[in-house]
Amino acid sequence: MGQLQGKCLIIQQKLKSSMTILQIDFFYFLEKLLLIGGVITFSLVIAMYTTYAERKVAAVLQDRLGPNRAGPFGLLQPLADGLKLFFKEEIIPLTSNKLLFVIGPALAMITAMLTSAVIPWGSTVNIFGRNVSLQIADVNIGILYVFGVVSLGVYGIMIGGWSSNNKFSLIAAVRGASQIISYELAMGLSLIALLMMTGSLSLKTIVEQQMSGGWGGFLGWNVLYQPLGFLIFLICVFAECNRTPFDLPEAENELNFGYHQEYSSMKLGFYLFAEYINMFISSAIVSTLFFGGYDIPFVNEATLAHTLGGNVVALLGVAALLAKIVFFLFFFMWVRWTIPRFRYDQLMDLGWKKLIPLALANMLITAIVILWLNK
Amino acid sequence: MASLTTRSKVLEQTPLNLMERLYLPSIFKGMAITFSHIFKKKATISYPEEQRPFSPVFRGLHVLNRDEDGRENCTACGLCAVSCPAEAITMEAAERQPNEEHLYREEKYAAKYEINMLRCIFCGLCEEACPKDAIYLSETFAPSNFTRKGFIYSKDQLLIPDPNTEKEKYQVAKGLREVHKKNKK
Repeated sequence: MGQLQGKCLIIQQKLKSSMTILQIDFFYFLEKLLLIGGVITFSLVIAMYTTYAERKVAAVLQDRLGPNRAGPFGLLQPLADGLKLFFKEEIIPLTSNKLLFVIGPALAMITAMLTSAVIPWGSTVNIFGRNVSLQIADVNIGILYVFGVVSLGVYGIMIGGWSSNNKFSLIAAVRGASQIISYELAMGLSLIALLMMTGSLSLKTIVEQQMSGGWGGFLGWNVLYQPLGFLIFLICVFAECNRTPFDLPEAENELNFGYHQEYSSMKLGFYLFAEYINMFISSAIVSTLFFGGYDIPFVNEATLAHTLGGNVVALLGVAALLAKIVFFLFFFMWVRWTIPRFRYDQLMDLGWKKLIPLALANMLITAIVILWLNK
Repeated sequence: MASLTTRSKVLEQTPLNLMERLYLPSIFKGMAITFSHIFKKKATISYPEEQRPFSPVFRGLHVLNRDEDGRENCTACGLCAVSCPAEAITMEAAERQPNEEHLYREEKYAAKYEINMLRCIFCGLCEEACPKDAIYLSETFAPSNFTRKGFIYSKDQLLIPDPNTEKEKYQVAKGLREVHKKNKK
C-alpha cells in the first residue's frame, strides 16, 4: 500500500513538472502566434489602406479630391476594391503553365509577408508578469535574412511573368528580375558600411544602439552617420519595390501592365497587394536601420518609463515606428507622383555605374574613419 | 541654305555641371512643387451635390411652354420640325374642340409631339424657329434611361407643369432664364 502511494506521488510529481514545461511552451507559442497573427493582420490592413492613401495622395498632389464616395471620406474604398476583385472572373490562360501560374502570386505574397518576422516593432511589453518582445524572431542575422527573402521576391515576378506565356509579361518579368538583381548589389554594399558601424546584423541590436545616442536617441540615428548610405539604400528600395521611377516591370504604357497582365481576380489582387506590403515592410526596414526604429526622438525612454510605466512607453515606441513608416509610405507616393519613369538603359546605368561605385566609396570611407577613430 | 523661318533661335547647349548631373537638386525642386499642390484649391466639382453655374444661354432638354392661364402655346405648325437639323422632332396636329379653350391657346394644337433626345444635338434652332414661344431649351440636362426607346420624349414628358396648379414645379422647370433676362435688361 505504502509503496503504491509512493509510486503515485512520483507519477504525480512527474506529471506536474511535465505540465509546467508544457505550460511554458504553450504560453510562448501563444504569445508568438498572437504576435504573428497581429503583425500579419496589421500589415494587411496597412497595405489595404495604403492603396487608399495612394489614390488620395495622388489626387491631392494633382489638385483633385480622390475617392470619397464609399463611406466617410471614401474610407471603405479599399473594402469595395477587394470585394470587386473577389467577384471578378478567374481566368487562367489556356497556354499558361497552370501550376506556376497559381504559385506566382502566392509566392509574391509570401515573400512580401516573410520579412516582417525580423523587424522589431517595439521593445518589450509586460503582460501578466511575462516580458513579451514585440518582435517575432530576434534572429542574429536579421539583415541577412531580409536580403535572402527579398531576393526570393524576384521569383514571384519571374514565375508569374513566365508562366503567363505572353511576351509582354515575359519581357516585363525579365526586366524586373534584372532590375532587382542589379539593385540588390548596391543595396547590400550600402548596408555593409552601416554594418561596420553597428557590428551586428541583428535588427534589434541596431535599434538599441541607435537609442543609446544623445538627445534621447536622436543623435544615434544612423542616417546622421551614413547619409550617403541611406540615400543609396533608399533608391535601391524604390527599385526593389518596383515603384516609380523604377516601375519598369509593370510599365503600364509600354508593357500593358507587365508581368501580371494575364492575371485576373484575386490573383491580380495578390500581386498588387504584395507591392503595397513590400512598400510597408521596406519603410519599416528603412526606419529601423536608419531612423532609430521604435526610438522616440528627443525623449529618454528609460526616464519616461519611470513616470508612465514600461508598457505605455513600449506602445509609444510602436507608435513612433509607425509614424516613421507612414512618413516613408507617403514619401513613396510623393516620389511616384513627381518623377517620371526611367528608361531601361538609364536604370541599368544608374545601378551599375553610379550606385555601386558610390556604395563602394562609402564603404571604404566608413572603414577608414572607423579605423582612424579606433586607433 | 536659306533658313525656313526667321524666328529660329540657336540654343546654346552647355554640358551639364556637377549639380545638374546629380539630378537630386532638380528632383527636390520637383518634389517641392508637387508638395505645394497639397495646399492648392481642388479643381474637382463633386457633381451631383455641387453643380457648375449655368450660362444664361445654356441649352438643355426641351420644354413645351404654357401661357399664364396654363394653356399650351404650341399650335403644331411644324416649324421646329422643319428647322431641326437632326430631324429629332415629330408631331401630329389636331383641331381644338369648342370645350377645349382652357387647354389650348389657338385653334390648332399638337396631339402628338415627340423629341428623340438621342438624335437631338441641342442646337436650339427649334427655339429660334418657334413663332409662338412654345418650345425652348431648359436647364435640365444629362437625361438617363434604361432603353433607347425611353429617350424618345413624348408630349406629357415635355410639357411644362401648369403655372396655376403646380406653381413650384413650374418655376423649377422654367429655370433661371427669366432671372437672367431681367438681369440683362
